[in-house]
Formats: sequence, structure tokens, C-alpha cells
Amino acid sequence: MIFFLQEQIPLPNPPISSAPPVQVNAILTDINPIVNYLPILLLLIIAISFPVVALNISSFLRRTVFDQAKLSAYECGNDPVGDARERYSVRYYIIAMLFLIFDVETVFLFPWAIIYDQLAIFGLIEIFIFIGILIVGYYYAWRKGALEWV
Amino acid sequence: MDIYKLIEWVVKIGIVFLIFMHALAYIVLLERRLLGFIQMRLGPNRVGPFGLLQPLADGIKFFFKEEIIPRDADRTLYIIAPVVALVPALTTIAVIPFGDTVNLFGRQIELSITRVDISMLVILALTSMGVYGIVLAGWSSNNKYSLMGGLRSSAQMISYELSLSLAIVGVVIFSGSLDLVQIAKEQMGTWGGIIPKWNIFTQPIGFTLFLISVIAETNRVPFDLPEAETELVAGFHTEYSSMKFAIFFIAEYANMVTASAMATLLFLGGWHGPYVEKFPLLGPVYFTMKILFFLVLYIWLRGTLPRFRYDQLMKFGWKFMIPVALANVVLVAALALFLY
Repeated sequence: MIFFLQEQIPLPNPPISSAPPVQVNAILTDINPIVNYLPILLLLIIAISFPVVALNISSFLRRTVFDQAKLSAYECGNDPVGDARERYSVRYYIIAMLFLIFDVETVFLFPWAIIYDQLAIFGLIEIFIFIGILIVGYYYAWRKGALEWV
Repeated sequence: MDIYKLIEWVVKIGIVFLIFMHALAYIVLLERRLLGFIQMRLGPNRVGPFGLLQPLADGIKFFFKEEIIPRDADRTLYIIAPVVALVPALTTIAVIPFGDTVNLFGRQIELSITRVDISMLVILALTSMGVYGIVLAGWSSNNKYSLMGGLRSSAQMISYELSLSLAIVGVVIFSGSLDLVQIAKEQMGTWGGIIPKWNIFTQPIGFTLFLISVIAETNRVPFDLPEAETELVAGFHTEYSSMKFAIFFIAEYANMVTASAMATLLFLGGWHGPYVEKFPLLGPVYFTMKILFFLVLYIWLRGTLPRFRYDQLMKFGWKFMIPVALANVVLVAALALFLY
């Protein structure tokens, strides 16, 4: 918030023709940091192709003999009763909602933590207020029994 | 673009990926041998000297095993699920630094595949993608055990992800950066020449929180509820066989290694150790040793502890870990302000 209150200093106009020509290589590798994400993409491609290749090789090598009992769902050897598309506990939905609230809150904490040394005492007071508000909601959820699992 | 940079990346990806995959195979062997010793038996020692060829034999066996896709399963999702579980687990190694910049072949080479300034966030984002694979596997198998395992796993992983991120916030306050290289460099040097300046000594609460959450995130004992053998057979991978089962297995161990690497970088000073400033190539050695420490800890816990009950697990996560993690953030912030 402090940053919004500060006076905005206009940037000087960049010189138009006097700047030395910048090499294209320098722009791509040193200035633009997005290029550094390229290896992640390369590794992603390798990571996807590894299981795909392994599964395909396996499908050529293996032997398959099907029968009806093998293809049914495993229920410890008994004939399966119904299928798994049934209702399940409502607790899972509550946990998912609580997770959304608290996860967004941790996302807010990351940028705050990075510039904490600049915010100093202001940052500390702010985080007391922020976590204080959060604790109220947390206490409400606790008293309502949303965190119980029985 | 600079062609040498591209070649450097490709070579680094190749080397790191190969080492990583082999390491995963041998961690499985290490786990089986160590568990054997803990339980006063020998473990696999027949294939090759000291059982060292056992991973190879297992791999060949996985390739030749018959595969069964259940009749009622959702075929597309059933086939995609193991891939979805494995891909983020393997991609995280792209941003993990394992050493300082070194001079090799007349070039300045960073000992990480790539260096981005938000590498911590990249790892967090990718590891939380892993839960999709498990949920999809549990749902698409159309088996009650699998569904229960998948649901439990998703609820558990999202619950402990909160305390995991909050524990990391404490470290970020100290280092002022989300770059893992920067975080590790902040922990360089010693106090009085004896105690290394690792974050574990300044934030013991944060380290404990991180360690517990990360064990829960990787679904390991005592938090291995999703695959609790005694009640759910094998949880989300009950119906999986052959190579698909192997892929889930690889993903779990890859996540363990990533978690150990994160713990090392955030709290144990990364690649820093004695004489590493003089000989930067010692960095990866120290880094591997510290990761190995965490992996042995994982296996030791598996050999020692019983499993939680599910309500205990959720109660512990929501009623203990999260309040303590929030308190830790405030405490660390106050300490950082008044001590520095």
C-alpha cells in the first residue's frame, strides 16, 4: 500500500538514435528471462514421451489372455456388488472449499514475504491484521464442526 | 538464439534425466534392502552382486507382464492417469539447482538445468498437479477401493499443501526471494566456523512443519492412507498392472526425491559444505549426500511407524498443522524484523 502513496517519478525519455546497437543474442538470453523457461518445456516433452514410449513397448511385448473374471472389478475375490459410481461423504466437499480459502490466502503471503524487508514494521502490522481476519473465519469453521471428521 | 546455450541445455537435460531415472531405480532397491535389515532379513540379494541388478530384472518383468483393463473402467482416463501422475514429477527436476556456477570446457555452466527467478513456485505448482493423476486413477478404475483411495489422497494432499506452503513462506521471508539458487546462497558460510548458517537452525519449527507436510504430500508412511494395504488393498492403483503400475511407482519415488531436494535447498543449505567455495564441483556431492539422508529417513520411518487413522490424519492436518504454521509465519516475520 505504501507504494501507491508514493509520488510517481516520470521516467526519462529513452534516447532515440544515440544508443549503440544491441545484439540479438544478448536480448534473447540475457534480457528476456522468459527464454530460461524453454528447458522446462523441453523436459516436459521428454517427460510425456517417456511413459508413452514405455507403455507402447510394453504393449508389443506382453501376452494377454482375457476372461470375464479377470476383467471384473477387484473385490477380494468375490463377485463385485454394484459399481463405484455411488455417493461419498460430504466431508470431502467441505475440505475442498476450506482448501480454496486457505490456499488463496497463502498465495497472498508469497509476494508479501518477498518484499518483507522493504515493508518492515508496516508489513508486520499488516500481516497481523490479515491473519487476524483469517483466524476469525477459521474459528467459525472450527466451532461449526467443519473440521471434524466423524 | 545462442546455439551454444541450446546445446548446453539439451546436454544438461540428457545427463540429469538419465541420472535421475537410474537413481529412482536404485532408491527402490535401497528401500527394499534397508527395510529388510530393519526387519532382520536380507532383502533382495540374488540378482547380481549384492542384488545390484535387481532394478533391471524388475524393469524387464514390468515390460512383459500381462495388463488388465477392467471391463467397467473409463478407458481413456484409465490410460491417461499414470501419465498425468508421472509427468509433473519428472518435470520438477528442471529447476532444481544442484551446485554453483562452474567453469567447464571454457564455459560458465550453471549446475541446474535452468535458472528461473520463481523456481520455488514452479516446483509447488508442478507437485500439486500430481494429485490429478491419483484422483483420475481412483475414479476411472470404477472400483470401490480405488475410489476411496483417490478421494482420501486428494483430501490429504490438499490439506497438507497448506502447511507446506506456509512453512516455505517462513524461508522466503528470510531470503527475500523465490529463486532456489538465491535461497541456497543465503545459507552460505558458518557461525563461528562451526555451525553452518542453515535455515534449519534459525527456523526449527518451519523445518518440522515442512518435513511432516512433505511426507504427507508424497503419501508415505505414516501418512500412506491412500494405499493402506490392510483396508483398501492398494488404494488408487488396485486395478493397475504391468507398466502402468510401474509408472505410478516411478512417480511416487520421483516425488520423494523432489521433496528431499526441496528440504535440502530450503533448510539444509543446498549444495553448501566444507571447501565448496574452492572446489565448486564438490557441490553436487554434498547435495546428493543430503538428499540421501532424507531418503534414508523416509525408509526408516516406513520401517518404524504404524499408520494413522483417517480422522486422526485430517484432525492433525487442520487443527494442529495449520494454526502452528500460521503462528510460525508471524513469529518468523517478527524475528526477522527485530533481529536484523
